[in-house]
Amino acid sequence: MKVKSNIAVSDNGFVFNPGSGESYTVNPVGLEMLNLLRKGHSHSEIIAAIQANYVADAAMIERDLLDFLEMMRQYRLMQHDDE
Amino acid sequence: MTTKKTYERPIIKKLESNMPNKFGMRTIYEPMSHVEGKAVKDLIQQYGSPLFVISEKKIRKTFRAARQAFETRYPRVQFAWSYKTNYLDAVCKIYHQEGSWAEVVSGFEYDKAIRNGVEGSKIIFNGPDKSETDLRKAVTNNSLIHIDHLDELYMLQDIARNSGKRPRVAIRVNMDTGIHPIWDRFGFNYENGQAWDALNKIMFSGLMELVGLHTHIGTFMLSPAAYGVAASKLAHLAQSVLMKYNHEIKYIDMGGGFASKNTLKGSYLPGTDISPSIDDFAEAITSALMNSDYRPKNPPLLIIESGRALIDDAAWLLGSVLANKRLSDGRRSTILDVGVNILFTAFWYDHKITPAQSFTSYTEDTALYGPLCMNIDVVRESINMPLLNKGDQVVIHHVGAYNMTQWMQFITLRPKVVLIDEKEKVHVVRNNESLDTLIALENVPDHLVNFEL
Repeated sequence: MKVKSNIAVSDNGFVFNPGSGESYTVNPVGLEMLNLLRKGHSHSEIIAAIQANYVADAAMIERDLLDFLEMMRQYRLMQHDDE
Repeated sequence: MTTKKTYERPIIKKLESNMPNKFGMRTIYEPMSHVEGKAVKDLIQQYGSPLFVISEKKIRKTFRAARQAFETRYPRVQFAWSYKTNYLDAVCKIYHQEGSWAEVVSGFEYDKAIRNGVEGSKIIFNGPDKSETDLRKAVTNNSLIHIDHLDELYMLQDIARNSGKRPRVAIRVNMDTGIHPIWDRFGFNYENGQAWDALNKIMFSGLMELVGLHTHIGTFMLSPAAYGVAASKLAHLAQSVLMKYNHEIKYIDMGGGFASKNTLKGSYLPGTDISPSIDDFAEAITSALMNSDYRPKNPPLLIIESGRALIDDAAWLLGSVLANKRLSDGRRSTILDVGVNILFTAFWYDHKITPAQSFTSYTEDTALYGPLCMNIDVVRESINMPLLNKGDQVVIHHVGAYNMTQWMQFITLRPKVVLIDEKEKVHVVRNNESLDTLIALENVPDHLVNFEL
C-alpha cells in the first residue's frame, strides 16, 4: 500500500485529506516517516533514515513504523498500489 | 558529528471538530520524576517494579489537619485508626503515635492491634464477625465492643453472666440519612425501632455497660449533610436513654466513609474538585451534635474512624511499561506491570496516572492494562496519555487506602512496600513475596510427590 496521492502535508505536521475533508496532526517522527513514504521509500530505507537521525534501535523503529502505517490505513489515508 | 535527536514513537491523530466537552479536563502534561524527594527511577532500580511508596510526612500532615478540623469545632475528639484501610504495622504505628486508637473488624485485626501495643481499652471492636473467643478476649481487655446484631448481644450477655465482668458496649445504628443505598446490613435500624429495642435490652439486662452509640453511614461519601442527619439521630437516641434511664452515653462514634481525592468511575469531574474537605464533614457533624437535644452533664466524646480520607493521598504505586499494542478498533493499549491484583481500587476509581519521565506534548487515547492474563485486568479503560515506551515508568496516585489490604496473590507475587520517613530515609515496611512465602503454607500428600511425564 502507499499513501494516497492527494493527501496534503504541511511542514509542521498538519495533514489534510481533501477526499474526506478531515484533518490530522503528526508528531516530528511521524512527519519524517510520512514524507519518506510519500516519496516512495521502502520500509528498510525509512528505518535506516530514522535511525540515522534519532537515538533508537531498528527493531523499535520497525515496530512503530508498522503501527503508524496501520493507523494511516484505519484513517483511510492509504491506497492499494494499483488504485 | 551531528547529535542524534531524542526518539518518540510516530503518531497520527485525527483533529475533532465537535463541540468541546464542558466537562473535559485538560490533561496535565507534567511528569512526576520524584516522590517525596526520591527519584522514581532510583526507587524502582533499588526496590523493584512495581513498588508501593508511602509518605510518613504526608500521613502525619493529613492526620493533623483532620484532627484540627474537628478539635477546633468540638471540645472532645478521639480518632481511631481503621485497620482494614491499611493495617501495615508501620502505618498503624504512625497513627498510634499521633494519638489514634485502633478500630478493628475481626479477631485477626484485634490481635494485630494488641501486638502493635494498643491498650485493650483503646481498641474499638466493630463488625459482624466476632467469635466467642474474640468477644471473651475483648471483654477481658476492657475493649469497646460495638454490637452488630442480636445474636452477638445475647452471646455477650452469656459471657458477662459467666465471667462476672461487665463488657463496655455500644450498638451500631443504621439509618436513613437521605443517601442511597442505605447501609442497613450492619447494626440496628433507627427508623423501625430496632436500635431503641436493642438499647432497652442492654439497659434492662444490667449485665453490660452501655458507653456509646456508633454509626457508619456509607463509603466514599460526597455529602457532608448526611453526617449531620446521622449525628442528630444518634444524639436523639442518647437523649432518649438519658431521659428513660438517667444514663449518660459517653461517646458518639460517627464512623468514617469520608471521600478522598480519588475520582469515582463515571464521575464527570475529578475527585480533587468535587470531594468535600475534611472541614466540611467536621462542620456538619459537630454542628449537628452541638445543636442537638442531647443535654448530658459532660459533652460526649466524638469518635472518628476515618481511614480512606487520611491515607489515600499519602501513597503512590510505581510501575513500568511492559509493552504497547494496537487494539482491533485502532485504540492504543499499554500493558503495565501493575494490575488489579495489587491495585484493587482500579475497580472503583479512575486513578490519576503520571509518567515518571519527560515527554512531549503529543498524546494518545490509551487503554491501560495490567500484566494478568485475565480480561478483568484493566487499570484505566481510556486515558489520554503521552507516548509511553517499553521500560518507561509511571506513578499511580492516591493508592493508600484498601490496596495494601485487599490486594490479591493472584497469578503473580505481591511487591515491596517502602515508607519514606520525615527525613527522606527509605524503609522497606513489607517485603515482596517469593515462591517460598507461598509454598510454606502448602502441603503435598506423599502419594502426590512423584510423577513421570
